[in-house]
Amino acid sequence: MSIQLVWLVPVLPLIGFLINGLFRNSLSKSLTGIIGSGTILLSFVVSLLIFGQVRQEGFQATVVTLFDFISVGKLQIPFAFQVDQLSTLFLLIITGVGFLIHLYSTSYMHEEEAPHFARYFSYLNLFVFSMLLLVLGANFVILFIGWEGVGLCSYLLIGYWFKNLEYGNAAKKAFIMNRIGDLGFLIAVFLMINQFGSVTFSEVFEKASGAKVGVLTAITLLLFVGATGKSAQIPLYTWLPDAMAGPTPVSALIHAATMVTAGIYMIARSHVLFDLTPVTQGVVAVIGLLTALLAATIALKQNDIKKVLAYSTVSQLGYMFLGLGVGAYTGAVFHVMTHAFFKALLFLGAGSVIHAMGGEQDMRKMGGLRKYMPVTGLTFLLGCIAIAGIPPFSGFFSKDEILTAAYAKSPVYYVVGVFTALLTAFYMFRLYATTFMGKFRGGHDEGHPGAAGHGHGDPHESPSAITIPLIVLAFLAVVAGFLGIPEVIAPHAHWLEKFLSPVLAGEGASHGAEAGGHALSAGTEWGLMGVSVILALIGTFVAVGKFARNPELGEATGLGKVLANKWYVDELYNAIIVKPLDLLAQLLVFIEKNIIDAIVNGVGRLVQYGSRQLRLVQSGQVGGYVLLMVVGILILFLVELFVKK
Amino acid sequence: MPINYYIFLSVALFCIGVAGVLTRRNAIIIFMCVELMLNAVNLLLVAFSKMHHHALAATAPHAGIDGQLFVFFIMVVAAAEVSVGLAIIVMMYRNTHSIDVNFLNRLKH
Repeated sequence: MSIQLVWLVPVLPLIGFLINGLFRNSLSKSLTGIIGSGTILLSFVVSLLIFGQVRQEGFQATVVTLFDFISVGKLQIPFAFQVDQLSTLFLLIITGVGFLIHLYSTSYMHEEEAPHFARYFSYLNLFVFSMLLLVLGANFVILFIGWEGVGLCSYLLIGYWFKNLEYGNAAKKAFIMNRIGDLGFLIAVFLMINQFGSVTFSEVFEKASGAKVGVLTAITLLLFVGATGKSAQIPLYTWLPDAMAGPTPVSALIHAATMVTAGIYMIARSHVLFDLTPVTQGVVAVIGLLTALLAATIALKQNDIKKVLAYSTVSQLGYMFLGLGVGAYTGAVFHVMTHAFFKALLFLGAGSVIHAMGGEQDMRKMGGLRKYMPVTGLTFLLGCIAIAGIPPFSGFFSKDEILTAAYAKSPVYYVVGVFTALLTAFYMFRLYATTFMGKFRGGHDEGHPGAAGHGHGDPHESPSAITIPLIVLAFLAVVAGFLGIPEVIAPHAHWLEKFLSPVLAGEGASHGAEAGGHALSAGTEWGLMGVSVILALIGTFVAVGKFARNPELGEATGLGKVLANKWYVDELYNAIIVKPLDLLAQLLVFIEKNIIDAIVNGVGRLVQYGSRQLRLVQSGQVGGYVLLMVVGILILFLVELFVKK
Repeated sequence: MPINYYIFLSVALFCIGVAGVLTRRNAIIIFMCVELMLNAVNLLLVAFSKMHHHALAATAPHAGIDGQLFVFFIMVVAAAEVSVGLAIIVMMYRNTHSIDVNFLNRLKH
């Protein structure tokens, strides 16, 4: 398998998108499902073959140029794909998790009508295509095409049930928030063209060391603005929880496993630039840390099962940015990978629960589901343990790597981070205990509108198309951590670090996690690990003990109410941004209606009035015409004689 | 004879023509006034033509001849115009028993 055939990876989902999109009215549901999932499976296979080549010793990063994309003056932007360890890893995550979620969707979305079912799959395929473009692009422009593409698909899929106005608004919110970030990204690209005359990764990184620090800081900060939009960081994070309006598999794929990690990918990819700008690194770390903490506190008091997971995603993304900010690029990418597994698992598990509950998302109406849904319950438990950071599950290793690097940078980062880890364990097990333990609280008699199709008895286990992806993801969530065992536990066992070292261990490694981590003594590292494990266990047991029997069913009060209302951030944004903009819009409407329209209409009315007056001149009196003619000639004479000197 | 005399005469003729066209309502008289204007122009052309011929005869034997040519053109066009115009006046008279041009404003309706 030649590396040159890498274009197959994104093209296959594109074909799936075209077929499903164009023939959505004539394809049957099963055929749609086969095309939608099959193309992703094929591209996963191709990715595996490429991975087989990339992992060999002495593999050199290859740029596969397909054609000239933009060629203006000295600026050359080829349509090229970068095949190296980092992009291959993302290829595997995207197509692998993507395939499982497609498979899951064939069952989860089965009640949709055929054209909408096909529309769903075509969007999903388009999303995978864009995401692959994003990670494969060999320059910032191709990356940006994918970047915009995933934003578009996110919008389309959040608003998939577009007849619900609220969902439509959530879709718009996501799109607009993303656009704000995209603008920053775009300006950064323009600055790069201005400074380096190129947007190709290798050239930009080569020339970066010669550039002024101020300019580089501007570029990296703007890139980070783009990342805050796409990866839901403060201040642009509020769209992600609202994005849960989309179908649950979409939340799993786009808003947990892949798209929201685009910002992390982008920063890891351009880590050379970030290494040169300590100011930006500090900003990234602090924003990431604050987001992790803020989202974790909000997640404590949410009652919608998907909202909890959404805030947990925001919080975990904050962790990844903390990792990027302290230079632990491998750690961040590692966490992207493990997070993709366990968060996709948790979302799909939540989807399975929602499916069984007939569309109910409120945890207060669940409970005791472990009994009815053993597979979902068990896999969900594994996912919770993984995200809580309890060894030897995957979340422990990746989170620990970031936290260790954070400690090496500044103990403050570590303290806040580890406190967030405690909160994470707490709210995840609050979720688990409320949903799966205790007694079932959903009254069958209430008759949920969607429940009719699921039989009238107790909730029951989902079909195998749903449970198989859960089992596969649960397996990955459990074992993926062994790809990155820390040095202190087993020397030279950190496979991921070795794998990614050609891309991520540049000159920046000197103050990166790897070097930073090694600067700590083995004892310190064991200590840090111990603290985080103990805190995670405390969080877990407190939550289980508290909520298994007596889940909090009432309305929250005091600080809890502030948390349940998400720190009133949405209200704050409404007050300081949306309202003034609305007022401005109203002012502009007034100006438009009363001034601009008035001018246009006035011109028209003036012409009408003038012509009505001029009409009178044409009286039909020959003498009058002749007089006018003579007067005209005289005027011409006068002009000729006196003016035109 | 100095050229000024010709110019004054033709300007006077032209102004009489214009005044006639402007003030009279009888179609025939208007026609005559138009002819007067045309002939004023003709006179001027001929006068200038002669003047140029005298001034440049030594070097260019045909100097000024085009001015006289124009006069013939104008005469031909004027003749054609008069024939058409008179035909219109005859038709007008048959219909209205008048040759007052102000009757023509009825055409507007």
